Amino acid sequence: MSSGSIMERETAMLEIRNLHASVEGNEILKGIDLALQPGEVHAIMGPNGSGKSTLARVLAGQDAYEVTAGQVLFNGADLLEMEPEERAREGVFMAFQYPVEIPGVGNTYFLKAALNAVRKHRGLPEMDALEFLKMVRGKMKLVQMEESLLNRPVNEGFSGGEKKRNEIFHMAVLEPSLCILDETDSGLDIDALRVVADGVNALRSRDRSFLLITHYQRLLNYIVPDHIHVLVDGRIVRSGGKELALELEEKGYSWLEGLTPEQMATQPVGA
Amino acid sequence: MQTPTNTIEDFATQDYKFGFVTDVEQDTFPPGLSEDTVRQLSAKKREPEWMLEWRLKAYRHWLTMEEPTWANVHYTPIDYQSISYYAGPKAKGSGPKSLDEVDPEILKTYEKLGIPLHERAILAGVAVDAVFDSVSVATTFKEKLAEVGIIFCSFSEAVRNHPELVQEYLGSVVPYTDNFFATLNSAVFSDGSFVYVPKGVRCPMELSTYFRINAKNSGQFERTLIIADEGAYVSYLEGCTAPMRDENQLHAAVVELVARKDATIKYSTVQNWYPGDENGKGGIYNFVTKRGKCDGANAKISWTQVETGSAITWKYPSVILKGDHSVGEFYSVALTKGYQQADTGTKMIHIGKHTKSTIVSKGISAGHGQNTYRGSVRILKGADGARNFSQCDSMLIGDQCGAHTFPYIDVQNPTARMEHEATTSKIGEDQIFYCNQRGIATEDAVSMIVNGFCKEVFRELPMEFAVEAQKLLAVNLEGSVG
Repeated sequence: MSSGSIMERETAMLEIRNLHASVEGNEILKGIDLALQPGEVHAIMGPNGSGKSTLARVLAGQDAYEVTAGQVLFNGADLLEMEPEERAREGVFMAFQYPVEIPGVGNTYFLKAALNAVRKHRGLPEMDALEFLKMVRGKMKLVQMEESLLNRPVNEGFSGGEKKRNEIFHMAVLEPSLCILDETDSGLDIDALRVVADGVNALRSRDRSFLLITHYQRLLNYIVPDHIHVLVDGRIVRSGGKELALELEEKGYSWLEGLTPEQMATQPVGA
Repeated sequence: MQTPTNTIEDFATQDYKFGFVTDVEQDTFPPGLSEDTVRQLSAKKREPEWMLEWRLKAYRHWLTMEEPTWANVHYTPIDYQSISYYAGPKAKGSGPKSLDEVDPEILKTYEKLGIPLHERAILAGVAVDAVFDSVSVATTFKEKLAEVGIIFCSFSEAVRNHPELVQEYLGSVVPYTDNFFATLNSAVFSDGSFVYVPKGVRCPMELSTYFRINAKNSGQFERTLIIADEGAYVSYLEGCTAPMRDENQLHAAVVELVARKDATIKYSTVQNWYPGDENGKGGIYNFVTKRGKCDGANAKISWTQVETGSAITWKYPSVILKGDHSVGEFYSVALTKGYQQADTGTKMIHIGKHTKSTIVSKGISAGHGQNTYRGSVRILKGADGARNFSQCDSMLIGDQCGAHTFPYIDVQNPTARMEHEATTSKIGEDQIFYCNQRGIATEDAVSMIVNGFCKEVFRELPMEFAVEAQKLLAVNLEGSVG
């Protein structure tokens, strides 16, 4: 191993090495390698069934997925060894593709419990209701959340757009260091997409990284990534800069789908 | 990695925190039930002749009855001859006259349970009657309540000091012939609470009874009678615990409520009798008859119950809506885990015109728990414009428990309006994962989801009781993350 790769490992926020994962015995991820530096925005694109969302969920720790090989380091620590809630407290956040409804549990109440769990883990004192509300009001503006969504039960009766906005709102409150957005753009009209993207852009910072999972190039017009990776059949077949999205938009995924592993190896790989 | 499924399976194994035994000198009858037992009991309590006669009528009637088998619960038959029908802390002289005379061991017990019997009760603003096994040991705030004409005392005292009221109302809602367990109670009831709120008086504080079974092999048969006279208001709370014992113990109580014209009674229960161990050994058999009568126009009776304990619960707090425009409500949370079984619900009997009833039942089953909602709504011929709304929601945690719903509806008046909603949901792994992903531990997530599910019921409880109920649910859902 060259000294360069050791350097890279030391500074990477997230490093995925040869990650294989299956669900119910079917291998979905077939060897993923990926490194995110602090402050970078990476987009994972790919056709339906390519394993994009599986990657997001494996990183978040959903137990339906079994990791069969490989390693994931988050700030140098073994992410796969951690329980989902530990990952969250360490700073991994996933905006769900389908945010879950929790009837009878107020959105603010839920978020306060979450924030205090995170703060406790970081050795910070619990935030009292007053402080919390003050902070929350500031964050609401970020995603143009209506006040009424604060006191309604978590995601219950929310429209599709409201649910996605609520995810970004949670993200803003919890201030994670790694944000995984699992198809956050799906089902959003152009106005809602813009609101969500504005929220994400406002949260971009030097020490916060993003992994955007998306099927469409559309989202990337609003959230401009540093790197794009194309996932086909559980493998990254192409990586490049933001211009790769446009090329994909033009040529379609079929452009990359027909390639054999040998052919892929000969493709120029960016980043 | 611990999966939510594992956690859920761990449900059955958490500790019961009220399982300690208090060491007090007991005065206990030998096991067995006969006319003599009834006479002895009555003599022990220095009861007047009419009370003994009533008990004996009940006992003789009980001998002709069969134990009911229609409930969706299974248990080894109860041997009524192996139960002791009286157990009380040995009294010095004629029983405690004030808190100072109560055995300090008993006061300690209540302190451990967090029941304020002393002056700090003032802060809590709750007047407490504490029943220890068969005997009422202390009633607080009696004088203060007497100033506004409210009688709040033990049932035994009421029999001695207010015989005219007891004779008028005892058995007027639950007659001694009512059902097997209520009839048994009528024969051998030991003690309980008595409340009378006079015309137009709004009870200035929450009244509360705390029941504690301590003695071994004893049954607890308390009887509560609450009367709210015209225009009166009272809110009453009931809590219960018992030590952990390997044998099953019988608790067969009767509660009668009478709300006269324009009166309101709010009756809240947080029941946490010992549920038995993780293998289903031991625990309380809770066979209880609770019924209220809206005996006048605009009367209102509201039952709220949070049932988390007992090996078996058989309980249907009901309302007879006799007065026109009277209102009956039933809000219930029943949690069964381990091998607990609950068959609970309500009966709303609409007799008066424009009577209205609301039923909200939330059943939660975990472990091998079996939870049955059994409700009956009857609209009689004369009940023009009667309305009922029923909502029965069941939540399943894990895949070895069960939820069952038996709603009975009998409408004899065409102007009635009935609504019935029912849902069954599983606590979703996706819900738990969502909470986990926000940093919330599985145990807290389960408790949060369950509390959210029960919210409509909890908000009916008086504030401090709602907090207690939420804590109790959390404790009962605890022990999941090792």
